[in-house]
Amino acid sequence: MADGSRSGTTLARSNRRWFWTFVTPFLAGLVVFVYVPLLWSLYLSFFDARNTVTPTSFVGLGNYTYLLQDRLFVDSMVTFIAFALFIVPLTFACSLALALLLQRITVLRAFFRSAFFLPTAVSYVIASMVWRMSFFHGARFGLTNTVLSSLGLDTINWLGGENSWYWLVLVSLRLWLQVGFYMILFIAGLNQIDPQLYEAAALDGASAWRRFRHVTFPLLRPTSVAVAMLLLFNAFQAFDEFYNTLNTVGGYPPYARPPLVYLYLISFGSGAQDLGIGSAGTMILTLVILVFAFFQNRLLSIGADK
Amino acid sequence: MALTRRTLLTLGGGLAATTALAACGSNTGRTAAPSASPAGTPAATPSGTPDPDAGRPALSQWYHKYGEDGVEAAVKKWAAEYPGAEVNVNWVLADYEKTLAAALLTPTAPDVFEYANGPTLDMIKAGQVADLTDTIGSSRGDFTPSVLDRLTYQDKVWAVPQTVDMQLLYYRKDLLEAKNLTAPTTLEQLTHVATTLAEGGDIGGFFAGNDGGIGVLGLLLMWAAGADEMNEARTEAAFNTGDFHAGIAQFKQLFDSPGMVKSASADWSDASPFINGEAALQWGGMWDLPKVIAAHGENFGVLPFPAIGGSGRQVVPFGAFSACVSAKSANVTAAKNFVKWLWIDAEDKQVEFSDAFGTHIPAKPKLFGQAKQVAEGPGADAAKFVTDHGRSNALFWTPASGEAYSTALSNVVKNGADAATEFGAAAEKVTAELARVA
Repeated sequence: MADGSRSGTTLARSNRRWFWTFVTPFLAGLVVFVYVPLLWSLYLSFFDARNTVTPTSFVGLGNYTYLLQDRLFVDSMVTFIAFALFIVPLTFACSLALALLLQRITVLRAFFRSAFFLPTAVSYVIASMVWRMSFFHGARFGLTNTVLSSLGLDTINWLGGENSWYWLVLVSLRLWLQVGFYMILFIAGLNQIDPQLYEAAALDGASAWRRFRHVTFPLLRPTSVAVAMLLLFNAFQAFDEFYNTLNTVGGYPPYARPPLVYLYLISFGSGAQDLGIGSAGTMILTLVILVFAFFQNRLLSIGADK
Repeated sequence: MALTRRTLLTLGGGLAATTALAACGSNTGRTAAPSASPAGTPAATPSGTPDPDAGRPALSQWYHKYGEDGVEAAVKKWAAEYPGAEVNVNWVLADYEKTLAAALLTPTAPDVFEYANGPTLDMIKAGQVADLTDTIGSSRGDFTPSVLDRLTYQDKVWAVPQTVDMQLLYYRKDLLEAKNLTAPTTLEQLTHVATTLAEGGDIGGFFAGNDGGIGVLGLLLMWAAGADEMNEARTEAAFNTGDFHAGIAQFKQLFDSPGMVKSASADWSDASPFINGEAALQWGGMWDLPKVIAAHGENFGVLPFPAIGGSGRQVVPFGAFSACVSAKSANVTAAKNFVKWLWIDAEDKQVEFSDAFGTHIPAKPKLFGQAKQVAEGPGADAAKFVTDHGRSNALFWTPASGEAYSTALSNVVKNGADAATEFGAAAEKVTAELARVA
């Protein structure tokens, strides 16, 4: 008994040692590269921190009120709340539809999974360049404009800002880049559903739609919540594809300007280094994301316990 | 080559030093300062011969990566030639402004660095750059006044211009002559010329970027309409006037006309659309002058941006990479002396810097004749434009001011929004920004 107790203690101690051996480097990384900058950013947001990381001029909530009174920042927030309300359900629906389609096919399933997942591995910058310089180039030889011309239609200056055509470019790019990743998450979720449930539903005469409505969708809830949350974060944090698609030698145009791009432009544009304003903006954005995530989570959790 | 023991030791020592530098990740381009030796006596090398570098201060100098071949080799050669200090050049390959801004927050900031149009207002106010008024001294009058004005704040000069770049309007002489048109000096004329030339459909009219020129022409439209960003006291936006609104309405006419080319094979900063025959007139950079000469020979001309309205004026924007000295430098005096030697005294090098690598304008008008690319022809015209019509964005024009202004301009020109409302809101923002950064 005493020997057993001693060996148990030794094992527990050994486990603890290995636990800390593996966890410490990552924990240290998390603290140094995530939490310290985050807290430092929070600190900077209360100071006039132009060209310094050790500011002395305390402005309280001055940077926050500056941004909340900035029409362009508020406009960009409103635009991107609308964008999130549009892009999150769209990407969600497309990813789920693709996952369901790929679950049903029996031939070349692995090929199609890989084909749809592959864009996830593509750099946002490169994809933006391809979209901008090839597919949606505003000149007559752009791919889409060539097709339009061959159909006898007028060419379109896709990114020029008129008639909001740039949204088509940005949404198609975003879907192409992201759908494959969320599709894989949904496929993983679908694989967790017991096939016997479908057999039972089929025996009860449930149609395909009813099987999806009453079996697949409810049982995918954990995956759906995770996907919706990730999509929401992604929508508010949009930067790379917007910046690289729309930014030109003349600067970033004053439309389709995500909050992060706007903050980047006013905090770091033209050689500026306004860390106070930039930090306050990221804190506001974080708060907005948390509020939306909270309500989205509540919304998706309704009926979860039934 | 046989390795001698001394060579091997030198290589081994160098390798160890390199490893140490790499390990601490602090390679700023500055070499370690030589160890102190008895006053007045150069330290001896291991071989016993006097080390000519001993006693000289070590300086680091940063440049952004120039696109033209040969610049890096030239500036490194000049740094090596400087007798007063051991100057180590750091050639920053990407994101120069951000890298430099971060470096300036650290104790290992470069001693000397270049910056487009000199340091920002925040750099000056944060005490990151040294005052170079005494360094430039009596040479102040040698530089193009509009260029030096941009580098001056509170009567102090904060940088020394290295070379000047500018933008200008390229036009095809043959096409204008064929339709009996004269080179446009007003926006009305430009609209007429562009629309007339585009009528046949064989060639486009005027091209200023794939956004219809909103990005690159933004401040130019203001200046050309006779307006300014702010009043002289820098307390209030000064552009929200009836004349300016009327000027923008004129530009909208051009924007909406068939004479405006809104998309082309490249953006405004590349003369390809002008060279390929996509546009008869293009707003572009002086850097493309050699390409345009190669394509069109003498069959083209250059102009400043045309005046808008009765109180308007022709204008060209310029940019001047200028040498600054870090106020944190351990050797501010040595750094200032180096800047003086290279960018004030060494006029042969200044001419070479402007003329041998691409096309630039020397910062001193008296050197125009020595720089063959600006001695005659369109290059000479361009150099004269900078002297006569040159403008650069104001030191107090913050990025937030720029965003407010360009949003208003885009809304008015592209979406037909009311000019008074849009520019009124932008002016309010600019005035608030002036109060914030004052």
